[in-house]
Amino acid sequence: MSSSYFEHDADMGIIGRGMTVEQSFEAAAQAVFAIITNLEAVQPVIAVAIEFEETDLELALVIWLNLILGKSRELGMVFSRFHIQHQGNQWHGKALGEKWRDGLERGVEVKGATLTMLSVKQIGSVWEARCVVDV
Amino acid sequence: MNIQLLHQLQSYLWTLPRASGEKRAEVLLYGSRPLLESMDDKVLQQIANVAALPGLAGAAMTMPDAHWGYGFPIGGVAAFDAEQGGVISAGGVGFDISCGIRCLRSNLNLHDVAPFLSQLADRLFATIPAGVGEEGNLKLNPQQLDQVLQGGAQWAVQQGYGNTADLEYVEENGRATGAVPENVSELAKKRQRGEMGTLGSGNHYLEVQVVERIYDNAAAQVFGLHEGQLIVSIHCGSRGLGHQIGTDYLVMLAKAANRLGLQLPDRELACAPIKSPEGQQYIGAMNAAINCALANRQILTHLTRTTFAEVYPHAVLETLFDVSHNTCKEETHEVNGKPRLLHVHRKGATRAFAQGDDRLPRSYRAVGQPVIIGGSMGTGSYILAGTKGNPAFASSSHGAGRAMSRHQALKCWHGRTLINDLLQQGILIRTRSMRGAAEEAPGAYKDVDQVAEVTEQAGLARRVAFLRPKVCIKG
Repeated sequence: MSSSYFEHDADMGIIGRGMTVEQSFEAAAQAVFAIITNLEAVQPVIAVAIEFEETDLELALVIWLNLILGKSRELGMVFSRFHIQHQGNQWHGKALGEKWRDGLERGVEVKGATLTMLSVKQIGSVWEARCVVDV
Repeated sequence: MNIQLLHQLQSYLWTLPRASGEKRAEVLLYGSRPLLESMDDKVLQQIANVAALPGLAGAAMTMPDAHWGYGFPIGGVAAFDAEQGGVISAGGVGFDISCGIRCLRSNLNLHDVAPFLSQLADRLFATIPAGVGEEGNLKLNPQQLDQVLQGGAQWAVQQGYGNTADLEYVEENGRATGAVPENVSELAKKRQRGEMGTLGSGNHYLEVQVVERIYDNAAAQVFGLHEGQLIVSIHCGSRGLGHQIGTDYLVMLAKAANRLGLQLPDRELACAPIKSPEGQQYIGAMNAAINCALANRQILTHLTRTTFAEVYPHAVLETLFDVSHNTCKEETHEVNGKPRLLHVHRKGATRAFAQGDDRLPRSYRAVGQPVIIGGSMGTGSYILAGTKGNPAFASSSHGAGRAMSRHQALKCWHGRTLINDLLQQGILIRTRSMRGAAEEAPGAYKDVDQVAEVTEQAGLARRVAFLRPKVCIKG
């Protein structure tokens, strides 16, 4: 599982890779939150459930990332670990992290995931999920 | 951008010729050769896609500061006619709905207050919630938030944030009509409850600036500007609520495209006919987000005033103007000599009504609407004025526009070093994010002087004053 970035004029492109589509989603979420803070410093002490329905894999990625970002803002939290599974159109995930506190690095706010350069596909044996996020 | 693909119509106006069999309206690009050459090729692709949407009136256009956006290019302008199947596009409004700039003029001159600027910077940084993870002191319950979404800046003034005189100088007098809070998702509302009166992050800022140069004395006098005067500019938008609305509707409209009979060249262009239930639903939510942004900037105006008063007890800050640059507005414009009621999308573009327009505050009608081009934290910003004969549905540039991606900027600059360098130039930066400072390095932006000059030469607006940053609060 790995995360990386690609170029966009005004914002940032994020990439998540893994052996399964779920792992690529988890890695994509890590790419997003690594823009927000230093993930290694975040204690995964609070788990927040993320549930949704979606048949389209690409839209599912956008919904997943935006639900996590929404929960982060709603709860005043920052997340560092992510788990997701799906069966058909049912997606069950959780994000683990903690409330913002002094000592956590303040990176850049990610407002949300967009449909720009959005793709979820299998390249050989690796699943790759990517999109541009608005910062 | 490969300029070889374009055909030059005038000194600062270019078009993209249609390929054989290509079905789309005209594309017009305002800019100089260097500005256009510095743009990503995707700007061209995106505006050509916009020109293929149904019901477009006239041409799809880009402003001189255009850059690659989401579906629409940032710096894109497109007007659609509901009576001809025209569409409303969430991507054409942008995620940060009604992001814009509130500009305040002060009765202070830099030479009188310079010794206390550092104190002012510290106080502003302590008072204005800015950056990731920061919340405002104002916590709203669901009923109060719905009142914000209906009332905009007028609601904020009723709560004691600012005064009624402000409202005359805010677009639509501080309140967009047609807001439907019921069309805004619960998640969007939950995201916003702690975010009223916050600046945000990224390219948002609160700057204390000095008027360094006047270009148009008559307009400057009407706007109450003179050299040496301190100005405050607040750049932010509808925060988490606006973005969640953008996200909710993009996904919903992307899924509905086939059912609505729309062939989208890019999913991010997700849109709906203006007259469709989906289109009307988005418009209601968008207007709610506009009111959220207007209220947010009104609250920040109040916080700025109280902070100034602590440092300079005799300071008076009056609203010069508040203008959004991510919107869709219903306006009447002449197309081929005939007035038409249009939905004008301005994604990263500023409305620029000309002299005599009765939608402007009475005191500005002689010179035109203030148009604000926000630059980077190390260079400066411009105040321009709308001008007669604007050929772009009364639209103009909104900022310098990025010349370099955030990822590239991080490789070129280090936040702390950059802040120290700017201090040497007399610019005080206050931020919690060194990463954010590096990403917003002045060198990562286009030359704002060139953007403003070309904006004037293209006939979009005329320069009135140049503002140099002295204090910048960044998220």
